[in-house]
Amino acid sequence: MRVGLFVTCLVDMMRPRIGFAALKLLEAAGCEVVVPAGQTCCGQPAYNSGDRESARQLAIKLLDEFESCEYVVAPSGSCAGMIRTHYVDLAGEGEALARRMAALSSRTYELTDFLVNVAKFDKVPGDYQGSITYHDSCSGLRELGVKTQPRALLAQIPGVALHEMKGAEECCGFGGAFSVKFGELSAAIAEKKCEAIQATGGDAIVGGDLGCLLNIEGKLRRMGDEKTKVLHVAEILAGDTKGTR
Amino acid sequence: MENRAMHFKARAGQKLADVLLQENLGKAKSRFVGMRAKAIVEVDDFEATREAAKLLRNRSLDDLDLWLEQFEQQATRRGATVLWARDSAEICKLVIDIAQRHGVKKITKSKSMLSEEAGLNLALEAAGIQPVETDLGEYILQINDNEPPSHIIAPVFHKSKEEISALFARTHRRPALTDIQALTREAREVLRPHFLSADMGISGGNFLVAETGSVALVTNEGNGRMVTTLPKVHVVVTGIEKVIPTLEDLSTLMRLLPRSATGQSISNYFSLLTGVKKPEESDGPEHLYFILVDNGRADLVGGEFAEMLRCIRCGACMNHCPVYQTVGGHAYGWVYPGPMGSILTPLFTGLENAIDLPQAATLCNQCGVVCPVKIPLPDLLRKLREKQMERRLRPLTERLALLAWGWMARHPRLYALGTKIGVRYLQWLAHDGERNDRIRILGMATEWTRGRDFPAPEGKTFREMYAARKGNP
Repeated sequence: MRVGLFVTCLVDMMRPRIGFAALKLLEAAGCEVVVPAGQTCCGQPAYNSGDRESARQLAIKLLDEFESCEYVVAPSGSCAGMIRTHYVDLAGEGEALARRMAALSSRTYELTDFLVNVAKFDKVPGDYQGSITYHDSCSGLRELGVKTQPRALLAQIPGVALHEMKGAEECCGFGGAFSVKFGELSAAIAEKKCEAIQATGGDAIVGGDLGCLLNIEGKLRRMGDEKTKVLHVAEILAGDTKGTR
Repeated sequence: MENRAMHFKARAGQKLADVLLQENLGKAKSRFVGMRAKAIVEVDDFEATREAAKLLRNRSLDDLDLWLEQFEQQATRRGATVLWARDSAEICKLVIDIAQRHGVKKITKSKSMLSEEAGLNLALEAAGIQPVETDLGEYILQINDNEPPSHIIAPVFHKSKEEISALFARTHRRPALTDIQALTREAREVLRPHFLSADMGISGGNFLVAETGSVALVTNEGNGRMVTTLPKVHVVVTGIEKVIPTLEDLSTLMRLLPRSATGQSISNYFSLLTGVKKPEESDGPEHLYFILVDNGRADLVGGEFAEMLRCIRCGACMNHCPVYQTVGGHAYGWVYPGPMGSILTPLFTGLENAIDLPQAATLCNQCGVVCPVKIPLPDLLRKLREKQMERRLRPLTERLALLAWGWMARHPRLYALGTKIGVRYLQWLAHDGERNDRIRILGMATEWTRGRDFPAPEGKTFREMYAARKGNP
């Protein structure tokens, strides 16, 4: 299977190790992975901010870069959800473009969804030892139905004990540009999420979207919590949690 | 009602700092969310019922003029008078005209959000007519110096029992009570004489049924029945979009409304009021008026925001909204709070008068998932954001930043260079000798670091590291 890895702009800038973990997992699942060099962003920040034209141009750019791949996989439910559920809307009137967008959308997956439902991956290499709790990021959950997939993969690691938090499906308050337009409000929502995380007594919060994880990590540390680790599900599945804090 | 939506951000800040409010919001939230979750499993196929409701609401709205005409004919045939109001001023004028025609001195009111839109109570008082709110929540707000409601079905969502107890003691000049039942009994005792002496009753309307000319009222306190049957005049004030074709449609919607709103299988009271009192009937109004209100609704028909007209005012979107749960309803500044309010306020009062509201959402789509008539609330919020960009209603710095970033992202080489420098700069900012993993105050995004740290980047971009790895396998 020829899989195009869409690293996502946040992972590219903030946590390259998540990109490498995703790469490792896809290769372990027997995929031929290509990483188009010119990739930048899926256009979601523009789309959600009302700049439809920029979003449309970025969608076309991504389409051109990934169209030759059998599948497009992103370590983010938010970015995969953008491509999967909103690209056709962005294609607009052009019928040929809409068809190409629809075809790309239907081949686009969030990482854990792809590993479970397409690659049928059952050789998770991670060897994490510890208790974790899982945050269901909004777009992955409500746009793509990502809920059982990460849990099924995590269950393959014998040392992982999952303790669900209260309100795991509730928003962490990130919301992309919302987090910098309404910082105080965004952080107040994050605080509730962090309290729910801490109440599980787990030593790590795991999720599938870096935006949410940065929000949660930033809030936990501001709250004085130096103990709870914040991990992307790809890191834990790949067994690459050494460099994490 | 006066629109204060422009002050959302400042008001949200005040609400976050209000310790008592935060406590009250926390308690109320878990109750509504939990009860709805339990109630929806009673319906054999809740999702299919939502879909059916969406379709029937679309059908009603596609031929809105037709159903309204049929409603008018049927209601008129049964002795009611149907009047039309274009805006708030017309609502107030029509109500006052009716009151004066019948020599009304006192009006009892059941809950009506249209009355809030119109600022009806103030207009009535100015005309020398006494309005008495009889919904417990609305009554509490009225005696608290006409405080606006903070929730469309639970007007005092933001208040604690203790606050209400103190307010009652102060207003009724009685000893303070602590028990909710006792407080309710006290309100009942105070309201009873008003019910008996009012010359006119005003109610809202949850639905208007075209085939029978009836209004459906969904209530929990019984005050609605008193208001609509005791006085000789009953005036229904409701929006034109509330009309549905048939009683069958009503039954479908009633499977969804109480469950979505309060988590009840059925509300304590459900009234279907049709026509004036007949000679052989023992109660009911001698005069029945319907004031059907546009106030911005007709403009939405057939347009890109038409889906919002499906709304049946259950409040599930706000109950499940992380923003509403955190700041409460007053921060939104006008009649309707939460996700539905963030769409209706700019549509009804002008996009330029509610700059923050379409932005004040994380687009988590919990609202879209729980909406009983499947309104794609996040999509509509996004559309409003597009309108804001088109009309240049967002700050210049925000628009420039967005354009600059969008341009960079379309030029991969410059983007690669920019991010390479950017992540190094951020990492340098994170150096403080002791810990190098976070930025306490981020100059370029101070909003982020007001309430949380900004985790530092690793230091190199994925694309750099990947290129290096490919270069030296």
